[in-house]
Amino acid sequence: MENNNGTIISLKDIVVEFDGERILKSINLDIKDKEFVTLLGPSGCGKTTTLRIIGGFLNADSGDVYFGGERINDVPPHKRNVNTVFQRYALFPHLNVYDNIAFGLKLKKMPANEIKTKVKEMLKLVNLEGYERRSITKLSGGQHQRVAIARALINQPKVLLLDEPLGALDLKLRKEMQVELKRIQQSLEITFIYVTHDQEEALTMSDTVVVMKDGNIMQVGTPVDIYNEPVNAFVADFIGESNIISGMMRRDFLVEFAGKEFECVDRGFDRNEIVDVVIRPEDIEIVPTIQGQLEGVVESVIFKGVHYEMVIDTLDFKWLVHSTKCEEVGTNVGMRVAPMDIHIMHKTTEE
Amino acid sequence: MKKTKLLSNLYLVIIFLFLYLPIFVLIVLSFNESKKAGSNFTGFSLKWYKELFRNELIMSSLWVTLKVAAISTVVSTVLGTAAAVGIHKMKKFSKSIVMNVTHIPIMNPEIVTGISMMLLFVFFRNFFHYEFGMVTLVIAHITFSTPYVILNVMPKLRQMNPHLYEAAQDLGCSPVQAFWKAVLPEIMPGVISGALMALTYSIDDFVISYFTAGGASSQTLPITIYSMVRRRINPQINALSTLLFVAVMLILIIKNVIDESRQKQTEKRGGGF
Amino acid sequence: MKSKLAAAPYLIWMAVFTIVPLGLVFYYGLTDQDGNFSIDNLSRMGMYTNIFFRSIWLAVIATVVCLIIAYPLAFILSRMDTHKQGTMLLLVMLPMWMNFLLRTYAWMTLLETNGVINKILGFVGLGPFEMINTQGAIVLGMVYNYVPFMILPLYSVMTKIDNSVIEAAQDLGSNSRQVLMKVIIPLSKPGIMTGITMVFVPSVSTFIISRMLGGGSNMLIGDLIEQQILGTSYNLNLGASISIVLMIFIFMIMAVMNQFDDEEMEGMII
Repeated sequence: MENNNGTIISLKDIVVEFDGERILKSINLDIKDKEFVTLLGPSGCGKTTTLRIIGGFLNADSGDVYFGGERINDVPPHKRNVNTVFQRYALFPHLNVYDNIAFGLKLKKMPANEIKTKVKEMLKLVNLEGYERRSITKLSGGQHQRVAIARALINQPKVLLLDEPLGALDLKLRKEMQVELKRIQQSLEITFIYVTHDQEEALTMSDTVVVMKDGNIMQVGTPVDIYNEPVNAFVADFIGESNIISGMMRRDFLVEFAGKEFECVDRGFDRNEIVDVVIRPEDIEIVPTIQGQLEGVVESVIFKGVHYEMVIDTLDFKWLVHSTKCEEVGTNVGMRVAPMDIHIMHKTTEE
Repeated sequence: MKKTKLLSNLYLVIIFLFLYLPIFVLIVLSFNESKKAGSNFTGFSLKWYKELFRNELIMSSLWVTLKVAAISTVVSTVLGTAAAVGIHKMKKFSKSIVMNVTHIPIMNPEIVTGISMMLLFVFFRNFFHYEFGMVTLVIAHITFSTPYVILNVMPKLRQMNPHLYEAAQDLGCSPVQAFWKAVLPEIMPGVISGALMALTYSIDDFVISYFTAGGASSQTLPITIYSMVRRRINPQINALSTLLFVAVMLILIIKNVIDESRQKQTEKRGGGF
Repeated sequence: MKSKLAAAPYLIWMAVFTIVPLGLVFYYGLTDQDGNFSIDNLSRMGMYTNIFFRSIWLAVIATVVCLIIAYPLAFILSRMDTHKQGTMLLLVMLPMWMNFLLRTYAWMTLLETNGVINKILGFVGLGPFEMINTQGAIVLGMVYNYVPFMILPLYSVMTKIDNSVIEAAQDLGSNSRQVLMKVIIPLSKPGIMTGITMVFVPSVSTFIISRMLGGGSNMLIGDLIEQQILGTSYNLNLGASISIVLMIFIFMIMAVMNQFDDEEMEGMII
């Protein structure tokens, strides 16, 4: 397609089937140049499959892949200007750090001294200076990660694909690497397409998040959009924690749930349409019972560091509430929600 | 992609033809009435099978083979399992020496192992009085089987949680009980596969038996086969081959079916890794 | 701590029935018939140079052919679905479970001058060809009998090569040939080395295959040894001497192979 508005990769009606099962159900996606895009979804949603289509390791059963406006369906992986950081890295165990990173350049028959400077640069970029002669088997998980990134980036791809690259690392290392990946992406000014099932990771790093489920794209947007304006209950639930309760839209700006009517800011629904009501736990305010719109009993309290996580039982629903104030288990409390924090969504029709 | 798939399937077909055609020809010829080994199939007949079962030498040497295999498998399994437990506890240096020696019967050419044992038995005759026979044969079979048991049990011991033995004692087992109740069940798959390997190698062995067996009373089936086929074609051997092939095939199919159902069970339990 | 004692019976067994016999091979090899030290037998080795060379040459050819046949096969097997792999491997190994003598005998019936192949060729008006009692028949017998020993170690290293490593190589710009040369072959080297030893050692020391398929004129080292020990020219000391030379030769080959292969051999045998 046309190469205006900075689109670098575009997927058109991509369908993939394995053994008669549809893994991707007609995916359409445009990815802008120099963006950090995350494909987010539970396992089996088709995110890795999408990545493999872009990398060229898998052929779509139908649909087209465009790269900078050019159709690349039949271009084999080794001729695509795209490189991949594989799940569990896939480093070459028979080569040391230097030879792993230099692999791509040696194939291009680049002069040895040039390769040397480039590898040095890369090692500096990923903070592994002085590790040239190390054997791959003697590196830690985080170092493997860095070598895999350097090995892919040294070929100066326009697009870097990352398939759950931080999955095998412990929490602290993962946080460090998130920051570092973002830094690398911004300093190199290339497109990163990042696959993960970890919503926190997606929100931290991405410019654009693509939420997927069962081979479909649910929503595409900035992290803030996705978090604040999820298009359906699935996205709301998957991104952060949510209270999702069934309700009925009485009329514009008025919704009924939990046996009460609430003011809200949504409109354009059918009269008396059954809807999903989504309320984030941190948007529920705990107040004395008389002031509350809802009343319930504190069932459990867990200290989470910054806040307390409470479950409040209102007989017909158990509400998840985050609050900095701690309430005793068993006490009666009231709850309030501001109209703008009540998100109304069409029920997702299951296929 | 389709083309490489086609090529690789073609390759598989050629390899399988190479592997199976000779056996297939033997099977067909075993039903051939004519004694001539050529391809003229003169008529279907079971006479070679009848003759095979009437051949006393073959029947008696089959019996010898099974006896030797049974005894040497039991002894080498016990000896090898105990050895593996002991070697596992050894210091690195002595362990590597023992393991290197254990590899000798495996890596040495069979003919050298056979001759070395024969020389031993010849040499011992200077001091004791005995003949080559069942005893020398069984000793030789135990000697080459035991290393396979050890090599099958060692990895299981290494994979085992080292605290298992201590945990069992902590819960009130004596060291011996701890071995029977905690360690042995854990290494059992290795013990079994070691025993099976010992059994098949013993049944199959020709070269070492050839140098260590005595007269007819200790002549194993492979030795008999060798004496029958070293020069000429013998249709009884075709019948024997067919029977052995069918037997081996049945055993392997049964084993495979058992393995697969077991695998399915663990998959259902969500086990594995 | 006492569990170390569990190895004691085996250690004694090993000393008496593995180490002492090897010592005896050297003892007999280095003495004459009267038990006096002598290297006469060793120095007679020069007489048998052509037999040594023939054995080594045929074993080398057989090993190379096995490698060429087994390498693509092992790779194809290792890339199949896991479920299929088990069955296919079983099919490849099944003939090997037949007794070695019977497998070799099968080729006798095929290759004989009035054997199956010549009969079939006769129908088309060809032949008969002299196939049995040739060096080609010996090599064929070696390949047929020992090719599984090449397939197994190759297959077991290749299953450890993750598909993503191959994809990574493609991703970094390798075409099929480069993937093979730069990734698959280097990663399967330990299997190649093990396979080479496991085919070469039995090939170079066989006496059955040469006896059954090679006729009398193609004597190999194995035949020579067997002839001294059990055969007509009964001479234990000379047989032991030749065994020493064979052992040392094989030991050197293995040492060379181990240079390339520092992975442990355990569990590689089957």
